[in-house]
Amino acid sequence: MDIHEYQAKEILSNYNVQTLKGKLALKTSEAVAAYNELDTDVCVVKAQVHSGARGKAGGIILCKSDEEVRNASEKLLGTHLKTIQTGDQGKLIEKLYIESGCDIDREIYLAYVMDRAKQRIVIVASAEGGMSIEELAVEKPEAIKKIEIDPAVGLTGFQARELSFALELPKEALSKAVKLFMGCYKAMVNLDMNMLEINPLVLTKDTDLIALDAKMSFDDNALFKHPEINALNDNSQKDKREVAASEHDLSYVGLDGDIGCMINGAGLAMATMDMIKYCGGEPANFLDIGGGASPERVGKAFELVLADKNVKAMLVNVYAGINRCDWIAEGLVQVIPTVNLNIPLIVRLSGTNVEQGVKIIKESGLPIILADTLKDAAQKAVDAAKQ
Amino acid sequence: MSVLLNKNTKVLVQGITGRIGNFHAEEMIAYGTNVVAGVTPGKGGTEHLGKPVFNTVKEAVDATGAEATIVFVPAVAAADGIMEAADAGIKYAVSITDGIPAHDMMRVKRYMLRYKKENKMVLTGPNCAGTITPGEAMMGIMPGHIYMPGDVGVIGRSGTLGYEAASQMQAEGIGISTSVGIGGDPINGSSHKDILELFNEDDKTKAVMLIGEIGGPQEAEAAEYVKNHMKKPVVAYIAGLTAPKGRRMGHAGAIVSGKGESAAEKVELLKEAGIHIIPNPSEMGSKMKEVIEKHL
Repeated sequence: MDIHEYQAKEILSNYNVQTLKGKLALKTSEAVAAYNELDTDVCVVKAQVHSGARGKAGGIILCKSDEEVRNASEKLLGTHLKTIQTGDQGKLIEKLYIESGCDIDREIYLAYVMDRAKQRIVIVASAEGGMSIEELAVEKPEAIKKIEIDPAVGLTGFQARELSFALELPKEALSKAVKLFMGCYKAMVNLDMNMLEINPLVLTKDTDLIALDAKMSFDDNALFKHPEINALNDNSQKDKREVAASEHDLSYVGLDGDIGCMINGAGLAMATMDMIKYCGGEPANFLDIGGGASPERVGKAFELVLADKNVKAMLVNVYAGINRCDWIAEGLVQVIPTVNLNIPLIVRLSGTNVEQGVKIIKESGLPIILADTLKDAAQKAVDAAKQ
Repeated sequence: MSVLLNKNTKVLVQGITGRIGNFHAEEMIAYGTNVVAGVTPGKGGTEHLGKPVFNTVKEAVDATGAEATIVFVPAVAAADGIMEAADAGIKYAVSITDGIPAHDMMRVKRYMLRYKKENKMVLTGPNCAGTITPGEAMMGIMPGHIYMPGDVGVIGRSGTLGYEAASQMQAEGIGISTSVGIGGDPINGSSHKDILELFNEDDKTKAVMLIGEIGGPQEAEAAEYVKNHMKKPVVAYIAGLTAPKGRRMGHAGAIVSGKGESAAEKVELLKEAGIHIIPNPSEMGSKMKEVIEKHL
């Protein structure tokens, strides 16, 4: 789960990380009032969307007067910000963060990530802030400093000092830097984050270290431990279909193709989508209905897939392991008449009791196209979508 | 022989009295698995499915000589259950549970390092279908009847895609020595490479099928191992060619977040390592057959 910058900064401020004074605004009048309350000459109006690279996309505007704040706010609120990370639809701007400016001496890149190869938290940092870390990794890999943290002892003092020196911070900033690095690590572990990025972390002319931006991503599997984090969830930043799916414990990802998919198991779902592509078609979605495919869940899954108006054919591929094909077939036969199905439906069942399952579908008289193999199913779906 | 599990392996079921643990323990026993006991804190001294139940893994190990355990413990406490098994001297643990927090798994991995090599536990999973040595024993939730005994080792992240592979191989008359699910989580017990090492040394295994997917570095690590050390042919399929960057495809670990994590890039690395690539998921059985005929 991702959260907004203003929320991430509030969390950081509880962990010894200094941020600038700022206020949240939902309306233009609030934005102007916030600017006046901050009592600053220069402020930054920042679109609150779940994405990085907001500056380049025009979502961050420097302002020096009421007039400029008003214009910036009107320009941003209610629109969709399209960044390199959001895809073509962009993300809705409902909130602005109005923040005071500061005297920047240098910009630093700082991130804490869960490194899957090392299976540990690794700090990735560079004195060359301002650049994207992906570009830096390609162009100047030697400028990236990495520190691996042992989960049994946590970030040690010497590691934090080493990092401070590697980032060429002045000695006046050393103890502040160590506190900050330690604080970030604590926040990440205490709150089960997958990723914490401060880009840029700035060194001011007064040798203060300030998080100018903050991005946090939390482990969905650990949200049960942190109701206060779960409460920061903002569904407006997510695909509506994905929100509806997660309410029914279904895993859905919308794509651009025209063949709707409903599959049990994430690996088999990806493989089925690959097969569709291999047969010359494009999947409209990823959808894993999981293990116990009850008629109710299957019904919800149909609704989700069919809500996508691009879908011209639908493919159901279920491998019954502990489930049985006859139960699944009964579920389908029960559900299909209740959903508004006006496109070709291809069903492939395999695994336990497949013969009985196929028999139930054939005898139902429903307009279902049965398929034997994965390839047969994908080919039939691709052909049906083309007609 | 086989890897990790055979008909003599003494198996514990942690969470045997729970709804899910009970259901699958029954299936495992019916398959022929040598289940010796169950563990449920607070139910020690009782019997379940005809097996003694203990309060702690340590007591169960002391009383029965159990060497392996399958952990059916809800995500909230699963990491603790795995560490308890490691501490009790269990040699092999399978964790089925989906949804274990990644930080918990990071601590589990670190905790497991504290034991000397000869006492170190092997963990596969979490978020997997388990391990089966066909015709002998299963520690998992898979439908046992689709696995035919034979000499191909299978390693995969996904449950149902693994079933698809086993069915396709069965249709081609190809059997399996052991099938090991390593799970779909970002931090997991064993990697593709860890299991490849076991199959490489297993006399019974003549060839290996590796079923990978988008996300993470483990397929690249496997490619490196195969290139330098593997004595047996490896056939591989990588799921997720159509998956867009930055979107999580069901499994917590199935997300392309960096270089080398897409299916196309992984396929390239595996190919360079001399691994036979399965071009599409309907050819898992036929490709394996072709490779066996040509190389064995």
